[in-house]
Amino acid sequence: MRHVITALVENKVGVLARIVGLFTSRGFNIDSLTVGETENPELSRLTVVVKGDDATIEQVRKQLGKVIDVIKVIDLTDTPYVERDLLLVKVNVPPGKRGEILEIVDVFRGKIIDVGQKDLIIELSGTEDKLEAMIKLLHTYGIKEMARTGQIAMARGSK
Amino acid sequence: MAKTGAQILVDMLIKKGVEYVFGIPGGAVLPLFDTLYDSPIKFILTRHEQGAGHAADGYARATGKVGVCLVTSGPGATNLTTAIATAFMDSTPLVAITGQVKRRFIGSDAFQEADITGITRPITKHNYLIKDIRDLPGAVNEAFHIASTGRCGPVVIDLPVDITTETWDGAIPEEVNLPGYKPRYQGNPRQIRLAAEAINHSKRPVVYTGGGIIHSGCHKELLEMAERGNFPVTTTLMGLGGFPEDHELSLGMLGMHGTLYANHAVTECDLLIAIGARFDDRITGKLDEFAPHAKIIHIDIDPASISKNIKVDVPVVGDAKNTLAELLPLIQPAERREWLEKIKEWKEKYPLSYDNSGVLPKPQYIIEQIWEVTKGDAVITTEVGQHQMWTAQYYTFTRPRTLISSGGLGTMGFGFPAAIGAQLGCPDKTVIDIAGDGSFQMNIQELATVVHHKLPVKVAIMNNGYLGMVRQWQELFYKKRYSQTHLEDNPDFVKVAEAYGAKGFRVERKEEVRPVLEKAMAIKGPVVIDFRIGEEENVFPMIPAGKTVKDAIREGTFGGMA
Ligand SMILES: Cc1ncc(C[n+]2csc(CCOP(=O)(O)OP(=O)(O)O)c2C)c(N)n1
Ligand SMILES: [Mg+2]
Repeated sequence: MRHVITALVENKVGVLARIVGLFTSRGFNIDSLTVGETENPELSRLTVVVKGDDATIEQVRKQLGKVIDVIKVIDLTDTPYVERDLLLVKVNVPPGKRGEILEIVDVFRGKIIDVGQKDLIIELSGTEDKLEAMIKLLHTYGIKEMARTGQIAMARGSK
Repeated sequence: MAKTGAQILVDMLIKKGVEYVFGIPGGAVLPLFDTLYDSPIKFILTRHEQGAGHAADGYARATGKVGVCLVTSGPGATNLTTAIATAFMDSTPLVAITGQVKRRFIGSDAFQEADITGITRPITKHNYLIKDIRDLPGAVNEAFHIASTGRCGPVVIDLPVDITTETWDGAIPEEVNLPGYKPRYQGNPRQIRLAAEAINHSKRPVVYTGGGIIHSGCHKELLEMAERGNFPVTTTLMGLGGFPEDHELSLGMLGMHGTLYANHAVTECDLLIAIGARFDDRITGKLDEFAPHAKIIHIDIDPASISKNIKVDVPVVGDAKNTLAELLPLIQPAERREWLEKIKEWKEKYPLSYDNSGVLPKPQYIIEQIWEVTKGDAVITTEVGQHQMWTAQYYTFTRPRTLISSGGLGTMGFGFPAAIGAQLGCPDKTVIDIAGDGSFQMNIQELATVVHHKLPVKVAIMNNGYLGMVRQWQELFYKKRYSQTHLEDNPDFVKVAEAYGAKGFRVERKEEVRPVLEKAMAIKGPVVIDFRIGEEENVFPMIPAGKTVKDAIREGTFGGMA
């Protein structure tokens, strides 16, 4: 099963290397991993999306918790939470198809952020499913380049 | 008053009560060694950095204190990595200080530069590269704290040489502030109650203990618990000494080369109480047939050890000593006569045994004699191989910290330098490295260290002229194709010992074993005894990797072997 796990970590050199090393050496399969500053400049928030059975996920949580610079680990999967992934995609615009593509972007509430002679760059943020759905549609026109940030996530409500 | 980085570090080591530092100097640590020159800390110069690391490790295992080693950058540090990994796998408290090139050269492939924090990241509990002298005191405090609390382990401090010469006059903090590091010492009371319930309901319990018993110092609580509930106790290699093996409830060691009665008991038990052990594959063999009828309680300080290899029914995260103290009053005394009767039957049916005929001394016999001559009061270190397993099987360990062996990493070359550290830590004890001829040659240069410091370490080589444990696998599973295991040109170990200035003896007949051992023990300095044993001696019983006790190979059950 897919789990979204976030960890609050001290903003110190080597923390990211330690965590990435942990995932490779323990053989955990990660879909995405993001890190960024939090409201406290001394702390970063890490979000990992991992797939695995319950035992694997439990190990992921525990092994993350063992890293000295990791302050807190939360598996968001069983709580209400929001997640977002940011996508930039440069899509090919075949003659006469510009309108169609703009329509798709509109439906997904994406943004056109660059317009070229034969291509467009689209920005879209949302859940993994939403991004995947738009990417699938854009494939028919030809995707030239694509970049994604990976998931960031947050629990809903007060805590 | 402003102090140099070197002075800050050395003063802090003294304040932390560090008696000995093990290592070898070099360019990047010259200022540190210059400062050490005037300090009360005794420096033990080894002849290889690996030896320094293992010696610090042996010191830590023998005393329970933090072992400290200090080496130069680049090759000095990379030479230390095997020792760091060894300490990591066996959870030994170690602080390793490595020199580093000047800060401005870091990352430039400078002379003797190695990214040691990068290299040691997966084999340390934590590590530091000091980039600012103001971070040095905090890092030293944290390193000692992290190394010696929770599940212990090695911590590396990588220290650029220009920081050791820079001066600073800031205050040295006493406390550590690690918001992400809060080891749990107290087991959850609810879990402890659940454990007690399971224990009180059990008809056929077995206690399975590991190194955690030794680390937490709970051998007394363990004995009390076992006697109260009449629980048979089996230990891992790391747990030997945590429960007296001369006790009737002792099952000895379990696992691949464990006793058959321990393995039968685990297979038949209805409750397995694991304490400070981690279900290593050398213990469990085939995972789904390990303790197949048992409910499992697991008490461990490291939450990540719980349910890692085997699903646990009642996990208790906490220090073993605290947890057992809480658990004890909840355990109802019980006789469990039927179960103990069954175990007695297994013990009678499958005793540990060997054939003591022939002229050459048997390794098992030598180890029994070492036990008798020392009255079981020695600190035994081992290398890795058959001799290590014979030691585990035939030396009756009754006290904690009397066996020092590389269990997790299985590092050949560990035992001799570890004996150096153990001897320094326990100057009044007899310290014996039970060695193999292959392993001893991996750190044989430390003979110079024992001779220089007049350490009375004894080395008992079980010399079979082979990398015996590997040869045994080749014999059993590779049709006796002895690929690269015959050590045909072993040196004359007696002469080697003498060349270094130690005493050397050779034993080729059974009846010489006892008198030579007695003679060696009476000598105040280092002695090497070259025991010539049969080339094709094997360690039995043996449960082949990934198999169960039903597949155990016993002495005499394997064709041609006895
Ligand atoms: C550093 C290292 N290299 C290789 C091995 C693999 N290995 C395990 S046991 C063994 C043979 C050990 O030979 P010896 O020290 O003579 O002990 P014996 O088994 O003969 O008693 C080897 C090569 C190891 N454990 N450690
Ligand atoms: Mg050998």
